[in-house]
Amino acid sequence: MATTEIKLDPNTKKLSLIGFSGDFDKLVAVFTLATGAAAVGYEVNVFFTFWGLDAIKIKQGRSAVGKGFLPKVFGVFMGGLKSAPVSRLNFGGISPKIFRYLMRKNNVATLEELVEAAKVLGINFYACEMAMHILGIQKSDLIPEVKDVLGVATFLKLADGGQTLFI
Amino acid sequence: MANYILDITKEHCPMTFVKTKIELSKLKSGDTLEVLLTEGEPLENVPRSSTEQGFKVLSITESEVKGLHKVLIQK
Repeated sequence: MATTEIKLDPNTKKLSLIGFSGDFDKLVAVFTLATGAAAVGYEVNVFFTFWGLDAIKIKQGRSAVGKGFLPKVFGVFMGGLKSAPVSRLNFGGISPKIFRYLMRKNNVATLEELVEAAKVLGINFYACEMAMHILGIQKSDLIPEVKDVLGVATFLKLADGGQTLFI
Repeated sequence: MANYILDITKEHCPMTFVKTKIELSKLKSGDTLEVLLTEGEPLENVPRSSTEQGFKVLSITESEVKGLHKVLIQK
């Protein structure tokens, strides 16, 4: 599946993020760093794995995404971008709503706005082949901006020569 | 040649940079973009990152409003 052509330009500054978490606050960190870096001229790669895959599902709410019974159950519980919980004090999903309200009120970009900005800026989204396999997620379940489905070796090659963060 | 204006004084990180980048990407050679921004991070980084991305910073002037600056960038 990994058809990504890797061209390394030693002059381009590069940031590669591993989006592991599906938590609202950590996804805000991923997309803030990603969009900020891309906006100041960095090449940005985001490799979504495990819970992080929730952020790039087409279905942003809770839905039975996944192939097979257990993946479907997981899919419902995990949900997508709109149902991402905060990592602390989630209060059964009330806190993300409060955060969204506070972000709008303070004129700070919401998670959804950051994701849209990331798409406009041409940030490279990649999905983890192994995690997708476990969770029964197909590439067709993910947003079309996902460039490729990769394994660790290809991601390391992509990240080579730049900064890498795990969130 | 066209001249554009962008006000990012109400924006916060990272949208200050994101909005500037998106506007800059629309410029054709010779076009200018005047960015109205606040002191601190935007003032320090918008001119620097624009230069790094191959744009020309023609001027940085303080606006009539205290703490606000105008950065004129050309492609």
